[in-house]
This record gives sequence, C-alpha cells and structure tokens, in this order.
Amino acid sequence: MTGRRPFWLFTALAFGYAFLYLPIVTLIVYSFNDSRLVTVWGGFSTRWYGELLRNEQILAALWLSVRIAAMNATFATVLGTLAALTLVRFARFRTRMLFAGMVAAPLVMPEVILGLSALLMFVTLEQMVGWPAGRGMTTITIAHITFTTAFVAVVVQSRLSQLDGSLEEAAMDLGARPWKVFLVIILPIISPALIAGWLLGFTLSMDDLVIASFVSGPGATTLPMVIYSSVRMGVSPQVNALATIIVVVVSTGVVVAGWLLHRQGRRRQS
Amino acid sequence: MTAAREPVLTSGRASLRRRIDHGVKSLAQGRLGRTLVIALPYAWLLLFLLLPILIVLKISFSEMALASPPYTPMLQWVEQRTLSLSLHLGNYAFLWQDPLYMAAYLNSLKIAAVSTVLCLLIGYPMAYAIARAPSGWRIVLLMLVILPFWTSFLIRVYAWIGLLQGNGLINHLLLSLGLIDQPLVLLHSNFAVYLGIVYSYLPFMILPLYATLVRMDLTLLEAAADLGSPPWKSFLTVTLPLSLPGVIAGSLLVFIPAVGEFVIPDLLGGPDSLMIGKVLWTEFFSNRDWPVASAVAIAMLLVILVPLLLFQRVEERETTDPTR
Repeated sequence: MTGRRPFWLFTALAFGYAFLYLPIVTLIVYSFNDSRLVTVWGGFSTRWYGELLRNEQILAALWLSVRIAAMNATFATVLGTLAALTLVRFARFRTRMLFAGMVAAPLVMPEVILGLSALLMFVTLEQMVGWPAGRGMTTITIAHITFTTAFVAVVVQSRLSQLDGSLEEAAMDLGARPWKVFLVIILPIISPALIAGWLLGFTLSMDDLVIASFVSGPGATTLPMVIYSSVRMGVSPQVNALATIIVVVVSTGVVVAGWLLHRQGRRRQS
Repeated sequence: MTAAREPVLTSGRASLRRRIDHGVKSLAQGRLGRTLVIALPYAWLLLFLLLPILIVLKISFSEMALASPPYTPMLQWVEQRTLSLSLHLGNYAFLWQDPLYMAAYLNSLKIAAVSTVLCLLIGYPMAYAIARAPSGWRIVLLMLVILPFWTSFLIRVYAWIGLLQGNGLINHLLLSLGLIDQPLVLLHSNFAVYLGIVYSYLPFMILPLYATLVRMDLTLLEAAADLGSPPWKSFLTVTLPLSLPGVIAGSLLVFIPAVGEFVIPDLLGGPDSLMIGKVLWTEFFSNRDWPVASAVAIAMLLVILVPLLLFQRVEERETTDPTR
C-alpha cells in the first residue's frame, strides 16, 4: 500500500498546493510590476517598495502593530501557560468547567462578537470607574490578549499533557519545591511550545482587523486597518509590495522556527 | 498516672506542630502558588471575556437612545424608592420580523455549510496523500499547508481581488484564450465569497484530517485487501469511518468561523451575499445602533452553540474511548 502511490493522489496534492499558492505568487510577482494596472506588465521595477518605505502612514501603523503584537504575545504567553498548567495539572477544582469553557471560547467565537463585547465592556467600565479613558493602544492590546491567550493555552496544553509526570515526581521526592520544579524541569521542556505560542500570539495580533477596528480609538490605526481601508479603494501596488514583505518575513520565520524545533526534537530522540 | 500521660501528650503536641508546619509550608509553596496560577488567568477571563458577553446581553435588552453611550439604562431610579428594571424585547422581535436578518442568518448558515463541504472535498484527498507520503516528506508537505495560515489573512483575501476583478488576471487569461468574449463578473459575487472562505479555511480542514489519517493502522487495509476487498470498498468501509473524528473536527473548525465571517463577504462579496457578521458590523458602525447589534451578536452565539455542543460530545467520547 505504501509502495504504490496512485496517480490521482499526486494530482490532488498538486491541485491543492497550486490553489493555496497561486494567489500569493501572483501577488509577489505583481509587486515588482512597474505598471499601476494589475493586468499589464510594465517591466520589472522596485518603485512600489520605495514608495512604501516613504509612506509615513503605513510605517506608523506598522510600528503601532508591532508594539501591540509584541506586548500581546508576551502577556498571552504568560496567561496561556498558566491556564494550560491549571487545566492539565489541577484536574479538580470547583468551577473547572467554567474555566475550561472560558479558555476555549475565543477559539470558536466570531471575531465580530469578541470585538463588540470588548468595546461595550470598555465603554461600561469607563462610565463606571473612569478607566480606560478613551480607546487606543491599551484597549486593543487588552482585547488581543484575551483572544490570543486561548490559542497559546491550546499549544502549551498539548505539550504539557505529553509531559512525563515521573520527572516532576522525582524532583519533588528529592525535595524540590513546586516553583523550582516548574522553573527547572517543566519550563525548559515546554519552551518550544512557549516559543510557538508567542509567535502565534504575535501573528494573530498583527493580523487582526475586526477586533482592533471595534476597540480602537482616534489616532490608533493598526496595519491591518490601513491595509483594509486602502484595499476597499481597490488594488494598489503598494499593498502588493507590503504583502510581499510580510509573506517573505513570515515564511522565513516559520521555516527557521520549524527547522529548529525539528532539529531539537530529533536531538532529544537520539 | 501523670507520668504515663506525659509522653502521649508531647507526641500529640509534636504531631500537631508538625501538621501546622506542614500547613504553613504548603500554603507558602504549593497552595498559594496553585491559587495564584489559577487566579490570574481566571480573573482575566472573567473580567475581559465573560463580563463583556454579559454586558452585550444586557445592552441587547435596551433601546437605542441619543445619549452617550447610545442606549437606555436597564436599571433606573424612577422615584426616590422605586428601582425600575426595563427589559426591552423589541430588538429581538425586530430581528425576528425584519426579513433582512432572517435572510442573513440563513444565508450565513448556507454559505458556511457549502464551504465546509467544498473544503472537505478538496482537503480530504490532500490530507490522505500527505498522510500516505514517505515520512520524510510529510513534515515538508504539512509545513506547506500551514505556511499560508501564518501569513496575513487580510492579504490572502486581497490576493483574490487582483485575480478576480473585471480587468483581473483570470478574466485576462480567459479573454486572451478566446474562451469568453467579455469579462465575467467574478468579484463581488457569492462565487467569490465561497472561493475566499474555502481558500482561507482549507488548512483548518486538512490538519485534523491528517492527524487522524496518519494514526490509522494500515494493516487493517492489508487485511481487507487479503480478504478480497477492492480499494474503493476498503476506503469506504475502513478508512472513512476511522477518519470520522477528523472529518467532524475539521468541519467545525471551518463551519463555525465561517458563519461569523466579516472580512471575506465584505471584500469579495456583492450586495446579495448577505452574511450575519457583516450585518452586525453595519448595524454597529453605520447605523450606530448598539442594542440591535448586541441582539444580533447574542442570536449569533446561540446559532453557533448548537454545533459546538455537538463537538464537545464527540470530543468527550473520543477522550473517554479506551481503544485510543
């Protein structure tokens, strides 16, 4: 069965990958097009990259998005790890169902609902206690942390549940305190999951348009919001150039991270 | 008498003291740490996830008002000692009566369901082929599926605009091949919405399918073949039933987010591709009607809850299944 590979399986794969990658490839190709029109090839040029680098609005939005994403990823990794620890290690406590449900809920809730509910909460809080005063970077970060924590928790949880409990028991028997067991034993073992969770949190935050649009205020325009408003006006070669940069940066990051994790996994096995 | 009781008493005291020591210690290291570990994410989620949804529920029972915030309060002191609680059910009645909302809900469900089936039809052969590929290749093939998921969602949707629009690449190609005389209307149509959803959510279908297919015991197929079963019959009676958990998980991962999708129908859809996520967005941003937007959100949550509970039951059965 493994030796014989039917032709149609190969066809399905080729068709599938073509479907997944053709749009991205054309996007990249046309970012180097000198002409403003998508259909006309006006010769190779990098002028859109030059214009992009001089576009202050996009650069400011990019910087804001990066700051939000980094802060979000860090907080979400801490909260997500704690949530995963709770779910895997403390099997029994009252209202566990509620907790598990709340951790998983953002994975399946539509973004429009997450965005709307976060905004209405911020408005109510501001009315009642005067915080947060106005909306902007802080409110976007808080809303992002809430939904990305769920994704980090899933990643860390799957790693934790694979963990061999005997290592912890041995350390406890030898007199290590729980926090020391966590720092010296658990943390190093789950560190690949923490890195993956951090990167996932960063990407999800960089990518989010809907939630940010709801909870943002004047002056806080993230990169997806700028892309969205420019895309609504039609296709723009500058967005193509920006997309190409994002695709190249992300792909490099994912491939390098995947390769490192793969190597580490192999080293552990041997 | 006293001499006989003395040692018992001291040992009792000592054990009591040990117990107190132990209690203090466990409070200082274990229990306190444990409480903190639980409390931090718990408090965060209560404050920023559960509370907001309760607030949405509350506002869905109020009326739009020209105030800041633009809705009527639920609890109000009418006179000195009368607290009036007003539950305004008009928003839900409005959703029920206005054909626009019903149509949007039904259309969202239809688009999500059809997209899920399309994802399954494209994703199953791919997941199958990856799972049966040489093991060295699997990680590369899988990475190629995951990679688009990491790149910006908005940009992947945007890529299709360039391909589909009237003077876009696909029309250009078809025209120059002489297959059509005039450009087809591809963008701003239901077709484009289906395409966008299938394209964006395909990885979510492939990954769980792959996970169940790669775990499958291939000797079962050999046994079936030895007993004279043709490959298509082995597939239908062995492979497909065994991969059913993956089919269900993948379908929900596509169906649920697709129901509430906003970006795809907004950028690729036309005036007739009404979806509930877009209705909520318009209600909130254009009409500034917060109570109706809240009611739409609550109704959307209820619609999504049904497949979710189904999913949870399947999950439970899977995790309690001793054969796994």
